[in-house]
Parts: sequence; C-alpha cells; structure tokens
Amino acid sequence: MDGAHDLGGQPGFGPVDRNQTEHFPCPWEARVFSITLACGMLGKWNLDQARSAREGMDPDHYLDSTYYEHWLHGLEALLLARHLVTEEELAGGVADTAHAFSPVDIRRIREILSTGGPTQMQAARPAGYRIRDRVMMGTRHPAHHTRLPGYIRGKVGEIIAHHGAHIFPDIHARSGEKVPEHLYTIEFNGSELWGDPPVERGLRVCVDVFEPYINGCA
Amino acid sequence: MSGKENLHPSHREAVKSEIEERVEKLEALLVGKGLVDPAALEELVHTYEHRIGPRNGAHAVAKAWTDPAYRRRLLADGTAALQELGYGGRQGEHMQIVENTETIHNLVVCTLCSCYPWPVLGLPPAWYKSSAYRARAVREPRSVLEEFGVQLGEEVNIRVWDSTAEIRYLVLPQRPPDTELLDEQQLSALVTRDSMIGVALVEAP
Repeated sequence: MDGAHDLGGQPGFGPVDRNQTEHFPCPWEARVFSITLACGMLGKWNLDQARSAREGMDPDHYLDSTYYEHWLHGLEALLLARHLVTEEELAGGVADTAHAFSPVDIRRIREILSTGGPTQMQAARPAGYRIRDRVMMGTRHPAHHTRLPGYIRGKVGEIIAHHGAHIFPDIHARSGEKVPEHLYTIEFNGSELWGDPPVERGLRVCVDVFEPYINGCA
Repeated sequence: MSGKENLHPSHREAVKSEIEERVEKLEALLVGKGLVDPAALEELVHTYEHRIGPRNGAHAVAKAWTDPAYRRRLLADGTAALQELGYGGRQGEHMQIVENTETIHNLVVCTLCSCYPWPVLGLPPAWYKSSAYRARAVREPRSVLEEFGVQLGEEVNIRVWDSTAEIRYLVLPQRPPDTELLDEQQLSALVTRDSMIGVALVEAP
C-alpha cells in the first residue's frame, strides 16, 4: 500500500538528530513495546499484519507521531479487528467481559524470543532469476500491503543475492496464508534511482525484493 | 489560556500526556482481560534494556577481526556464525553481515518501518526510526554520514542496505590501525553500535 510510511528518498526532512539515542525516549514507549510483543505472542495476527495495521494510520498523523505511537495505533486496531477488546473498553480502560484466555507466560516468551519466526520456506517452483541478472521492477501501486518501496518501482538493478523462498508479505498480511516466493537482493546505482548526474557519487542501494515485484529482465 | 494549557506549553507535550493516559488504560485493560501477564511485560523490557544489546554484535566483530576462519563463516552464513556465539532469535532469524573495506562503506536502514537486527544490536536508537534517517539514508548517505562526523574519501563507494524483507544486516567495520597488540576482548570494547549500523567508524584507543 502506498503511504506516508514509504519514506525512502522523500525530500525535506532535514538533518538526522544523532543525539536521539534512547530506545524509549518516554516511559510510555517501553509500555507500548512490551504490550505489543506480549499481545503479538497470543498468535492472533502475524508480523506482516502488525506492520500493515501501523501503516494504516492517517498519513498526517503518521508523520507527526513517533515510532511507538505507530505501534500503539496498530495494536489497538488489531485488538478491535480480532474482537479481543471493544471500543468502549478501550475508551474506559476497564474490561466489560472476561476472556477465557491465558496470557503468554515468561517461560514461553523466552522460547519465542530465542527461536524467533523464521520466514524461509520450501519453494513452490524454481527461481525465475539468477544472480547477475539485470531486472526491471514493477510499477504497480497495490491497494494492499506490500514491501516494494516506491523509490525502486520501474527502476533497473542487478540481482546480487538469492535468499531462497520466504513468506510473501503481500498475501500474509491479507489472509494470513504463508505463500513462498523467491527473495533476492537487488543492487541499484544511485544515478538510476536519483537521476544522472547523481546527488552523491559512488552510491549503490541494495533492496530485498520478492520475485512478484519484478517485471522481467531488463 | 486555561490552567491545563499553562502546564503544557507545547502541543507536543500535551499530546504526550494524552498518550500516557491512553497507554495506561490499554495496559490495565489487557491485564484485566487476562490477555497479558504483568510479569511478562517486565521481562520483555528487561530483556531488551539489559540482556540483549550491541555488546553481542561487538563480540562477533572482534572475533571476526582476530579469527580469520570465523570471519569467513560470518560472511558466508551470518545466521549460523552468530548462533555459534549464542546470538539469534527474534528479528535476527536471517542475518547477513556486510564488510567494510578500503573502497566500500556499508550503511543499514529500513525505509518502510525500522527493521533492525535485535539479537546483535538490541533495540534501535530513536534516530534510526526517525523520518529523516529513513528518507535520506538511501538518497544522500554521504551527507547523513557527515552529520554523524564521518568523512569518507572520494574513492570510497557507499553501499546502503534497505531491510525491506526479513533479512537483517550487520556491518562488519574495518579494524582500526595499530591495534595488533589488542586481544578479542579489548577490541570488542572499541566496537560501537553506530559502527555496526554503518554511521560511525571504529576508532583506535
């Protein structure tokens, strides 16, 4: 989905404030981090659905808020969508109905953190491209979740790595279905992305790209 | 101006206090409904504030500098080589290590969200998640590096890695000169978080 989150190459943001070094500049951000992870571990949604929910924010609000406010928005949206809480409960902070859930305990949390969620899968078909192929990216602007950033659409790059097949986020975010698609790293020249002569010389940008995002060999 | 506005002179501060209230309510609700365990929430914050952080990545970097066979394994299969040291799991399931050389400097970003290799670097600093960094790292990384105090020579190319899928990147910085007498532990102490994101070089002591 196109949106304010697709920030690569967007002009006008000014210098990076390297003094913002904390993980959680405000204490509430640590709370959002931990309740989001703990709720995610209930297994009611996957990581692509969590990202998609954050990216569904109003674009003005997205740009005017911090990272963990995006998480808070996404968490509330998912809790409502999965009928785990009601609007009234969110507004009041008090549970109207009890659930027969058992929360994820510390032992299970440690297990989940240490194994993570690998996304590599058995491929359903052979890879369509090879390392060193020059390929052109698609130009679609899908109305659904995608990981094809706007700044490489329609651009030509060279495949420099093939990572096997991974869960395709575009479908995983919509239906939860785990469909394998080949994943490549594609290298783009700065002048291909930002015009010739480039703003900066000697720049190459490497982006991880799923096979359906590629239009064909250039 | 009302008393409340006097207490909160800027719009941003007023928004923050509304958020604090919203988060408190949400946490109380989730605990009340039995959806989250309060002890588990403490465990999650404690894990990433105190147990998992950039010292893990620094350990791997220093080992790669002192053990050529480990360096080869780390570059060939980052996930497996980090697992040898006990580093893996969430947001580090598929690791790729990218090595700085005399002619290539690597920089890591996630333009779409703020993906980051948690098992080796912990949680990202706020600047990594800022719109400015996400927007500019792929377009004018040399200027971004200068803001971080890093001046690269004209002969050095910059390779930026945009973490758009589930591959997570860690930069293997160049070992600083005149450190032949230092052992792995002493070298590890020189390696900063920023050098493994690619916005700093490792300095000799």
